Amino acid sequence: MSNTISYISPVGMLGGGFTESFFNDAVARHQVDFIAVDSGSTDGGANNLGADLPFNSREAIKRDLRILVRAARRHRIPLLVGSCGGSGGNYNLDWVHRVVQEIAAEDGLSFTTALIPAEVDRDALVEKYRAGRIRALKHAPQIDESTLRGTRRIVAMMGAEPFIAALEGGADVVLAGRSSDAALFAAVPLMRGLPAGLAWHAAKIMECGGAAVAQMTKPEGMLCTLTEEYFELEPVSPEQSCTPISVASHALYETANPLVMLEPGGAMHLEDVTYEAVDDRRVRVRGSRFEEQGYTVKLEGAALVGYRSQVFGGITDPVILRDFDAWFEQAKAGALHAAVRTYGQETVDMCSIDYRVYGRNAVMPERPAGSGNDQEVAVLLLVTAPTQELAHSIAYQAGHTMHHFPVPQWQGLVSNLAFPVTPHVTDLGPAYSFVLNHVVELEDPLELFSIDYTAEYQEA
Amino acid sequence: MATLGELAQLIRSKNAGPWTLTVDIMFPDARTFEHVVASGVVTPATVGPLLGVEADQIEFFNYAPANAIKFSFPRRYPNGHPQDTDAFGGQQFAPLVDLEIPSPATEPQQLAAAGTLR
Repeated sequence: MSNTISYISPVGMLGGGFTESFFNDAVARHQVDFIAVDSGSTDGGANNLGADLPFNSREAIKRDLRILVRAARRHRIPLLVGSCGGSGGNYNLDWVHRVVQEIAAEDGLSFTTALIPAEVDRDALVEKYRAGRIRALKHAPQIDESTLRGTRRIVAMMGAEPFIAALEGGADVVLAGRSSDAALFAAVPLMRGLPAGLAWHAAKIMECGGAAVAQMTKPEGMLCTLTEEYFELEPVSPEQSCTPISVASHALYETANPLVMLEPGGAMHLEDVTYEAVDDRRVRVRGSRFEEQGYTVKLEGAALVGYRSQVFGGITDPVILRDFDAWFEQAKAGALHAAVRTYGQETVDMCSIDYRVYGRNAVMPERPAGSGNDQEVAVLLLVTAPTQELAHSIAYQAGHTMHHFPVPQWQGLVSNLAFPVTPHVTDLGPAYSFVLNHVVELEDPLELFSIDYTAEYQEA
Repeated sequence: MATLGELAQLIRSKNAGPWTLTVDIMFPDARTFEHVVASGVVTPATVGPLLGVEADQIEFFNYAPANAIKFSFPRRYPNGHPQDTDAFGGQQFAPLVDLEIPSPATEPQQLAAAGTLR
């Protein structure tokens, strides 16, 4: 075969853990051309980006990275890491870089790291907005210039080109901010001129590590061999296997549409794909297409909504539960009344006091009322306020009122909430929300992204 | 008569990005998948009211390569928003599990067999 490339994705999420011996054996046996791993997730909500909170623990990330950096240096192959630290914001990118620097120093490894930040210059964004080059995706919220100026963190999800540029610039290890999950796996195959449809489709599966295996008993990696005609997947763990159904099923996971998936520069089309078993562990995939479109990158923004405090308590008094809804409506009104009496209407209006009643549709509030739980329910009281101190005060007041709120059948002071933890009022810190579901049109895939090269641990 | 939960090998929900929820209903074989599709019980018009979503907001797919029905719809709040109740979106499939799927009129024994394939 004229043009063939193989690569390995050790795990679906950096820090998720994988078996070192399986990984090292696979890298050596298949002489892979590169190693890539995704580090991103938006599942934790906008707080990861807004509050500079890494998604995974430092110890877990360092453990995985050490194995990857050592293997990449041992075999002289590139290591690509996308959406560093979870959100791929600048803080998280630097945080991962420091871990890589520690590993280089501790292991005495010299190499060149490329850092590609993803936080976007606000003037550039506003200019794009004024030129009508920021487009809303489906179900996007309304935005204006103040959104682009005032949102605490905004990242652009880079495509494959910044990774390619970094490798061409001499990087051994590429650490990127927010990236299309698939882009970091598609970059090298595209750079080598392999078909874009196969390169992107393989990348979309590989970004989840070994998730496309038939039975994921524990997270391990996946190997991909990509040719001009097809790509082939094989689990890194000898204990796992891929089947045509397991690989085809992966197109469903965390995607809105299993047949058409947007990426920077175009869309993957999987309508004509075939999945064929090579043996009982490997699957061969053909027919994936990529249709080029105008080049866009997606934006993610995290805006501060307020500060939160919570009170969590259980109720099991049968008298309350017999007519819970009626009692709870009165108790909520009582809690609000007490908050207004103490802090004033104007202050309370700046806050939101929300209740989730577990056992009574807390998870799906829009669901028609069911029979409910008549043994016990849990009340989660959440206050969002302009300051942490105010959130705490209102939560305390509202929780206290509910705790002692009269129950019609009982006479005298009651204590209605069973608190499983103390302090029973917990401060949750700043709360962020995603505020962008937009793409920005680019003239040049690199125009928002710069690349900084660092030489790690130069021996004297 | 069998429920969707009895016929499927997996019913799950998950975020597809911060603004979209997606539900996957995966069947053990092509015959069960085709039977459920043909029953007409799982459509935007039927699942919308169960999940509190307008039918025209639902993107719906019968995805034969994985014997799966899939649909996606906008979240009320982006995940992790203070008003959101399920940050990963993992529990939003629940009202579908007990949906009743009629047996095929002509081949009741075959459907019973399909129902026990799990």
